[in-house]
Amino acid sequence: MAGIVRFITRRRGDNGWHWTDIVTWVWLIGGLLVMFGPAVWLVFSSFKTPAALAEFPPSLLPYVTQEVTVKGYDHPLPLYAVTMPDGKTEKLAEVRRIGLVAQMVDPANPGEIVKINISNRRPVETVSFAISNYTEPFIHFDFLRYLWNSVFVTTMATLITLVVNSMAAFALSKYRFRGQHLIMLIILGTLMVPLGVIMVPLYSVISAFGLFNNLWSVILPTVATPTGVFLLRQYMLTIPDELIDAARMDKASEWQIYWRIVLPLAAPALAVLAIFSVVWRWNDFLWPLIALSRKELYTLQVGLSVYSGQLNVQWHYILAMTVVTMIPVVLVFVFLQRFITTGIAGTGLK
Amino acid sequence: VNAKSRTWTLGLDGALLAPVRLVMAAIDVPLRALQKAAGQGGMAAFFLLPNMAIFTIFVLVPFVINFAYSMTGGTAIFLDSRTFVGAEQYREIFSCTNFLDPSSCLRDEFWIAVGNTAWFVVIQVALIVVVALTTALVLNRDIRGRSFWRAVFFFPVLLSPVVTGLIWRWILQRQGLLNLILFRLFGFEPYTWLTDRHASFAAAVGVSVWAHVGFYALILLAGLQAIPKDLYEAAEMDGTRPTRTFWRITLPLLAPNLLVVLVFSLIRAVQVFDEVYVLTGGGPGTSTLFMIQYIYEKGFASQLRDPGLAAAASILMGAVLVVLTLLQLAVSRRNEKKGEV
Repeated sequence: MAGIVRFITRRRGDNGWHWTDIVTWVWLIGGLLVMFGPAVWLVFSSFKTPAALAEFPPSLLPYVTQEVTVKGYDHPLPLYAVTMPDGKTEKLAEVRRIGLVAQMVDPANPGEIVKINISNRRPVETVSFAISNYTEPFIHFDFLRYLWNSVFVTTMATLITLVVNSMAAFALSKYRFRGQHLIMLIILGTLMVPLGVIMVPLYSVISAFGLFNNLWSVILPTVATPTGVFLLRQYMLTIPDELIDAARMDKASEWQIYWRIVLPLAAPALAVLAIFSVVWRWNDFLWPLIALSRKELYTLQVGLSVYSGQLNVQWHYILAMTVVTMIPVVLVFVFLQRFITTGIAGTGLK
Repeated sequence: VNAKSRTWTLGLDGALLAPVRLVMAAIDVPLRALQKAAGQGGMAAFFLLPNMAIFTIFVLVPFVINFAYSMTGGTAIFLDSRTFVGAEQYREIFSCTNFLDPSSCLRDEFWIAVGNTAWFVVIQVALIVVVALTTALVLNRDIRGRSFWRAVFFFPVLLSPVVTGLIWRWILQRQGLLNLILFRLFGFEPYTWLTDRHASFAAAVGVSVWAHVGFYALILLAGLQAIPKDLYEAAEMDGTRPTRTFWRITLPLLAPNLLVVLVFSLIRAVQVFDEVYVLTGGGPGTSTLFMIQYIYEKGFASQLRDPGLAAAASILMGAVLVVLTLLQLAVSRRNEKKGEV
């Protein structure tokens, strides 16, 4: 352990500790706790039973009171470690509790009932993961449905985003035509028009197209993202025009130039846009909340928020489903984090 | 082994791409005919068409008819069944006896939302700049495992706002982690933070800083890494004190990036909604009611629906955003002119 600490804290130069070194490590360790801590707490909590979730002070790990079946009793009885009057500790099962006194039996000797003051006993607890928090929402609620809706929306929106935006970016980067500057200006100008500003009229546009309560109403308004066009166009500008001229000499059609030359060469930019699009669409909340009012069409985000907004929140299910919702993004984070961070540092978009 | 695995992936790619290739080749036949008719330049219009069509229908048209909406009254959704009221919605919004006191306004909730949003923007942006700058400076030092630490601060950025809101709602509730820590360290009794007006607002600010600060730290880190190392070496040779180096070299050279962060976070803070809505639902009372939630509720959710009012409110918010966006374009134009430092 000391070796690890020395390895981590070893500094180039090695001319002793400066106050900035201390600030640095306090900031880093503090950051680790503050940034990851809440998610870790969520994951541990999601495995607790409703009874354990209602306890204060809560424990980190999901504990449950051990239960034993005792001859002569229909239900399993909770097991307690009891400090006996003679100072010894014994494991007894509780039959019932009356005020401050618990009536308990020795599981090995079920005939005899012992009366114990409740301050002298502690429940015997074992770590146990309540897997049913995860399985039941899928069976009893529509979470499988929501999961499918989210996957469908994310996949379709990302595919269409890639095709439609790469075509537009191709036109804007490799052709000269009238109105080109106007179109670029519109695209730049709307880069920052948020959905919040147009949601009222967008709702009626969606309804006019008969798309209300249809997953396509969530997909279509998001796919022509100016950010995507802008990102791809900037990248395609770096593809040399000579390649395209050569292809034209060889009688390639414009469509062939697009999908056989420009698209493969723009793959890195397409990959960045694909990753961003997946994260955006998976996380979308406000518009799906407005456009989808039928339960079976909810995406995971909407379903989660609606269930967590109910009067009697079933936290054990909500927490488990929150973890499920988090998984794809965590996977993206683990495997593609490098692309995203360099993408942001390079283009400044999110 | 390498060659083998390469042929395997090629085979997989081929199998996946074969149908795509077939479709693309099939599309090519009618498109060649189109090209013959429209000419090479005409194909540009074809490539633009899908994007422009979707963009026009779902962004431009709503953007334009939003103005029409804001001039109508009543609860009907469709424009043709709404009554024209002219500038009445705006007049009602601006009918206040005292503009500093929301309760003196006819549309008091609107002004409460404006006030909340203004406070939120000021505090959150200030916090984001300070925390992101500190994080970037720390990450830019000579530390081991920098990419790991960078990832640590970036992690919440990718989480969905709903997940973020729920995580923190769970931490701030009565049996939550915050109460546990305060109980263990100081013996505090558990408290329901989200039922307290001030605590709730502070939570809204804190959680949104938590969720977004990693993004801005990354931008600043990129800026720090672009500062030439020889400047620092020269300063060191002259025996300049580190604090002086920071004020005289680091901060001035980082200024363009700081400006980007400032404007970006401003634009985003004005639009705060998702995570706060899940965290507090705008409550308790109206203590965390922000602009977007006000528009959402007036437009869709509340019993007394008023789409005209929602549209008018969204246009006023849009005007603020346009100003901020122009500011952003000016900033990026200036940065471009200066070129890479």
